[in-house]
Amino acid sequence: MDDSTSLAATQKLRFYQKGTFTVGNRLASEADRSVQASTDRSNALTCGHRACQGCGEALGARYALDAALRATGGNLIAVNATGCLEVFTTPYPETSWQIPWVHSLFGNAAAVATGVAAAMRVKGRPQVRVVAQGGDGGTTDIGFGCLSGMFERNDDVLYICYDNEGYMNTGVQRSSATPPAARTATTPAMGPEPGNVFGTGKSMPKIAVAHGIPYVATATVADLHDLERKVVKAMGIHGARYLQIHVPCPPGWGSASQDTIRLARLAVECGMFPVFEAEHGVVTGSRKIRRRVPVDDYLKLQRRFAHLFTTDEGKGRISQLQALADRNIAEYRLLDHEGDA
Amino acid sequence: MEHPFAISLDVGTSLANLTGSWRTSRPVYVDRLPPCNNACPAGENIQSWLYYAESGDYETAWRTLTIDNPMPAVMGRVCYHPCESACNRAQVDEAVGINSVERFLGDEAIRNGWRFAPPLADSGKRVLVVGAGPSGLSAAYHLRRIGHAVEIREAGPFSGGMMRFGIPKYRLPRDVLDAEINRIIELGVVMKLNSKVDRVVESMRDGRFDAAFLAVGAHIGKRSYIPAGSAAKILDAVALLRSMEGEDKPLLGRRVVVYGGGNTAIDAARTAKRLGATEAIIVYRRTRDRMPARDFEVEEALQEGIMMKWLSTIKRMDEGTLTVEKMQLDDKGFPQPTGEFETLETDSLVLALGQDVDLSLLDGVPGLQINDGVVQVAANMMTGYAGIFAGGDMVPSERTVTVAVGHGKKAARHIDAWLRGTVYAPPEKHELASIDKLNTWYYADAPKTVRPMLEIARRQSTFEEVQGGLDETNALYEARRCLACGNCFECDNCYGVCPDNAVIKLGPGQRFRFNYDYCKGCGVCAQECPCGAIAMVPEEI
Repeated sequence: MDDSTSLAATQKLRFYQKGTFTVGNRLASEADRSVQASTDRSNALTCGHRACQGCGEALGARYALDAALRATGGNLIAVNATGCLEVFTTPYPETSWQIPWVHSLFGNAAAVATGVAAAMRVKGRPQVRVVAQGGDGGTTDIGFGCLSGMFERNDDVLYICYDNEGYMNTGVQRSSATPPAARTATTPAMGPEPGNVFGTGKSMPKIAVAHGIPYVATATVADLHDLERKVVKAMGIHGARYLQIHVPCPPGWGSASQDTIRLARLAVECGMFPVFEAEHGVVTGSRKIRRRVPVDDYLKLQRRFAHLFTTDEGKGRISQLQALADRNIAEYRLLDHEGDA
Repeated sequence: MEHPFAISLDVGTSLANLTGSWRTSRPVYVDRLPPCNNACPAGENIQSWLYYAESGDYETAWRTLTIDNPMPAVMGRVCYHPCESACNRAQVDEAVGINSVERFLGDEAIRNGWRFAPPLADSGKRVLVVGAGPSGLSAAYHLRRIGHAVEIREAGPFSGGMMRFGIPKYRLPRDVLDAEINRIIELGVVMKLNSKVDRVVESMRDGRFDAAFLAVGAHIGKRSYIPAGSAAKILDAVALLRSMEGEDKPLLGRRVVVYGGGNTAIDAARTAKRLGATEAIIVYRRTRDRMPARDFEVEEALQEGIMMKWLSTIKRMDEGTLTVEKMQLDDKGFPQPTGEFETLETDSLVLALGQDVDLSLLDGVPGLQINDGVVQVAANMMTGYAGIFAGGDMVPSERTVTVAVGHGKKAARHIDAWLRGTVYAPPEKHELASIDKLNTWYYADAPKTVRPMLEIARRQSTFEEVQGGLDETNALYEARRCLACGNCFECDNCYGVCPDNAVIKLGPGQRFRFNYDYCKGCGVCAQECPCGAIAMVPEEI
């Protein structure tokens, strides 16, 4: 009998039916448990931070940095862009960070991280690795130029973007990562095209892939094993690396605080957020959909999409979003369980 | 304190910021009642013994199982497993094969010679158990383990009751039955065979018994008046199955008709087939969906070539022929005669129309109430006569081995309390862990393991066991399919998914604790708990 189970084609675990997809498992070998299952995880981002209830970004940051700390033996410096993550962790004079942590400006995290990596090299401490991190606003909009420079120079930095699809800290304004039709403070649900306009925005992971850098990946807070594996893989590579983690935002999205992980899961299962990996400009694999759902299941839990469910026009927009999801499914082969590993 | 230029406050950690004050509802760890446990007529703690089986600790699993039921190898063969019907996993893919794991554990125990721990001390009390069927054996086991002296008196030449005289060998091999009964007797239970109790009060007095548990079963086949010619061969199914245990096998002829629609009818027809009948036909007055027999048994019988004649009653039997009237279901589902008759060729007719209880041992006992041929008992299983308890088929109940075993356990607890002059109060039940409390995403897809079946040719001609067992690898796999509904199995999900790092992991077997200083009450832990072991309760504000 086959004693392993496919974890979405990216990872094989021993067949512990009871909780194979869980954080840990009393029956699983240590190697099969996540960093988060361990009592000696670093808690890079510790208690007392001021993130909202059910914050996906706080969770994603702890997941990613704890995995990076384990992978580097604790030799890690984090550079932070301005944004929720910076604000809720470091209200003067407190800090929630349990690692060396630098904040400069909204748009220059990638450049500062490049400088920190260069400083470590000059000081003869190449074992100290650098992570830069920011929200989608600081990454896809304001920090875009610095980030593109870091990519094309192939600087030795892992840049992590916590994508909550908008400027949440300043009051939920649209960013270039906000999905079409979503209501934000700057794209209200009114007028002939309520919510964010279709045909706008950009895919930062695709742009990163186009730079031909050694490693690009996306992940979500709903699949911890996949996220940790990607962080570990990224820390095993030198040069520019990019990881985008989908982190639901309860107040920004108008969702219930307990639904954060559920939403991250539904975003993947409906095809709205493709989870994939690319190396040197080529997409190498994707996380397969396990239980496919229509985009409605994902949208209806969020008040930013509530206007779609009240009018006939809204229904048309839902099918446009479904078409986007279907395109992702075809492009990243999210239902294709054969082929790419 | 001196500060550098433009710095006015001391730096510090955010641990000073107790975000728990934001909370409007708090998560609490709960234990909920798994549906399997809730459904088990023998009151087994199924989830608990599966827990041990999952890690390959089969002996602890068996010892946990036998706290409630001393006969897992029998159960794993004859129980109708209401646990599996209730199993939440049935709504995910297929129910956990609890019954097959139980059989595996029972067989492991026999193979390894595991024995029960003897009672720690003798109570000095004596209990008489009348009848060595499942109910009597179960009561004897539980009473003996508590320390009471137990004597079983059995009217028949062998112990086991309907497990031996009612259930055919191809469903329950006798070496398995003997092994599990012997293990109970080795505890120090006195077994007296061929000793019918005629007057129970006198027997108690003469034997200086402090209490009695009656479990004589229902062994008298119900008769129905069927006009018959002098050469017609008519027998009842209970007698037929009973005679299979003797030296001389019954002679039924080549064509056998069984009349009835219960499990006994199926057993009789399948037995007739194995005895060499070329035709075995079950005649039943209603339709298949209204048959009291279990569906899988009907299915197995059909596979073996048993024929079924629905909507028919038997009007008359003559030598070699049977007159049958066709029936029709009325609006209420009752069969009504149609006046259409037909003839069936047959050598013998077996009546399987239900069983009655021989209540003669209760003659002259004051205070008893008998309704519809069975003894009425109170909630504590005691009859109207103080100190005499009863269970199994002789009291109002569903007549299955598992129910009988459950009666024995329940009666033992109440007898023990009665002997001590107290009242047994069962512990309060937890809230049921229904499927809506679970987050099934976290369980890997894993279809049920199917037990091997004996090939049809051997099922039609021999009494070899029809259904095989699991081996170690697939029993382990099957045990691990358990979802652990309602009770923490330490998957670390709550510990991992808390955005505020407010769950404290206490180590293996110790579960977790919430750090309410920092828990903001977002509820992600409760939502992502696979087994529904976390509840959100409003804070008092």
